[in-house]
Amino acid sequence: MGQRIDVEHLDVFYGKFMAVENVSMTINPNQVTAFIGPSGCGKSTFLRTINRMHEMTDKATVKGSILLEGRNLYSSEIDPVQVRREVGMVFQRPNPFPTMSIRQNVLAGIKLNNKSLTKAQADEIVETSLKGANLFNEVKDRLDSAAIGMSGGQQQRLCIARAIAMKPSVLLMDEPCSALDPISTLAVEDLIYELSSNYTIVIVTHNMQQASRVSQRTAFFNISDVGKPGRLIEMDQTTKIFSNPSNQQTENYISGKFG
Amino acid sequence: MSKIGIFNWHRLFKTDKFYLLVCASSLFVLIILFAITVFLLFSAMPALESSQTGLLGISWYKSSEANNILDFCLPLVFSTILSSLLALVIALPVSIGVALFITFYAPPKLAAIASWVIDILASIPSIVYGLWGIFVLCPFLNVFTGNLISSPPRVLFTLSIVLAVMIIPIITSIIRDIYTGTPHLDIEAAYGLGATKWEMIRLSVLPYGAQGAMSAAMLGLGRALGETMAVLIILSPGRSYSFNIFGVSSHQTIAGNIAAQFPEANSLGVSLLTVTGLVLFIITFLVNWAAKKIAKSGVANV
Repeated sequence: MGQRIDVEHLDVFYGKFMAVENVSMTINPNQVTAFIGPSGCGKSTFLRTINRMHEMTDKATVKGSILLEGRNLYSSEIDPVQVRREVGMVFQRPNPFPTMSIRQNVLAGIKLNNKSLTKAQADEIVETSLKGANLFNEVKDRLDSAAIGMSGGQQQRLCIARAIAMKPSVLLMDEPCSALDPISTLAVEDLIYELSSNYTIVIVTHNMQQASRVSQRTAFFNISDVGKPGRLIEMDQTTKIFSNPSNQQTENYISGKFG
Repeated sequence: MSKIGIFNWHRLFKTDKFYLLVCASSLFVLIILFAITVFLLFSAMPALESSQTGLLGISWYKSSEANNILDFCLPLVFSTILSSLLALVIALPVSIGVALFITFYAPPKLAAIASWVIDILASIPSIVYGLWGIFVLCPFLNVFTGNLISSPPRVLFTLSIVLAVMIIPIITSIIRDIYTGTPHLDIEAAYGLGATKWEMIRLSVLPYGAQGAMSAAMLGLGRALGETMAVLIILSPGRSYSFNIFGVSSHQTIAGNIAAQFPEANSLGVSLLTVTGLVLFIITFLVNWAAKKIAKSGVANV
């Protein structure tokens, strides 16, 4: 089941540069939450703090806290590796492990946790994960062939399968369709919609139509100027954001006056 | 247009100067390679055509008690390949370890220093490594092996260690460059699944760099095969097919043998040494060919 995320007064820094300032929000479980905003507004940076992936970037630090069902992900006794096993992530471009087969890709994360997996267990995880990613019927006859032989859309769904094989409570998606053609995008969007009944999903997108198609709630981020930190401007029901936003900046952005 | 074979004759006759220059340079390399092959074949002829009685006129051929040329070459080939492979077995894991350390573990400043040291090590002449082998490594090993084998231990084992030290820098520096180029996407894929740093290396870096590491290893092997000075200084020569790498006077490599016998060889002797040189040429050729093959299959997989 999805879990609720509470962000409290979060600042993100790259060295001394403040990239995101004072974000507080609640992300509801079993819903799709979309982050929109112009380039450089810090929405991707903020997304990556939810599973501590930002720590892969040199000198990136945060202040404030993120609570996953009340547990602070930034408290000192929490292992970032463990956070990433519970909060799955899908990236801008499909990134299956290039030397592995489809089956091996799905099992890659599981095998980190559980070395002694019987073949039957492994088969079941592969099947349920691929079914969960709407991919099983397309690849069931070639599970042992190379993952990079698939189309871009299939690869991205494989990456989603790989993430949900870990049974995460939250799935983060960083512009998951930006490298896909419209048909593959549709397949992934359908999948996101279906997954939202079991997972808390947070998706960053440049595409406002996509945000309105897949999400129940939308957060709009903005920067006042280059070199200034990104801020959360408004967060509300997606239908409200796109029909009757309360903030003028949001209104300007969604109506195409800038961005 | 008038593109026949590998040259664009039309451009050549239009005297595009830069085109002429690059063509001439690449042609030069080809001609050198061809000339070496022809030279080896020609000067190997007398020995290849000579009868056993003729060859017995060469003192060191006679004392080798070989029945024919092949019989003479094969122990040298055996020792050459054995010492180089052993060197590679020692060098490859160390090189991979150092490359991983530099790329993923060392703090940036230390990594820069380590990289610099590796590049310096790669440029030290082989005779210096040879001298280090005989004056430092031999006495050092002697402390451990003094009771078991001759003192100092001028054996294939010692030689292989020196060869390994010699090829570690080049292998390391190639592998480091490959690991540095691991796609960010692959690295994030592993971290995103909750991999530790070592698990990330296993999932993303090692598979990505596998083919490149193989061809780096082949390049190192090629170097070890042709090494002369270190062999000449360290190894006390012998002839056998012995796998006893601690055996005294039981191994000699092709390059070491040529350097040892050449100063006092008569013309047939020189020709016989050239035959062994030709064999070494073929071996290195095969190794390089294998390296290319491996590198290519890597590209096809990605």
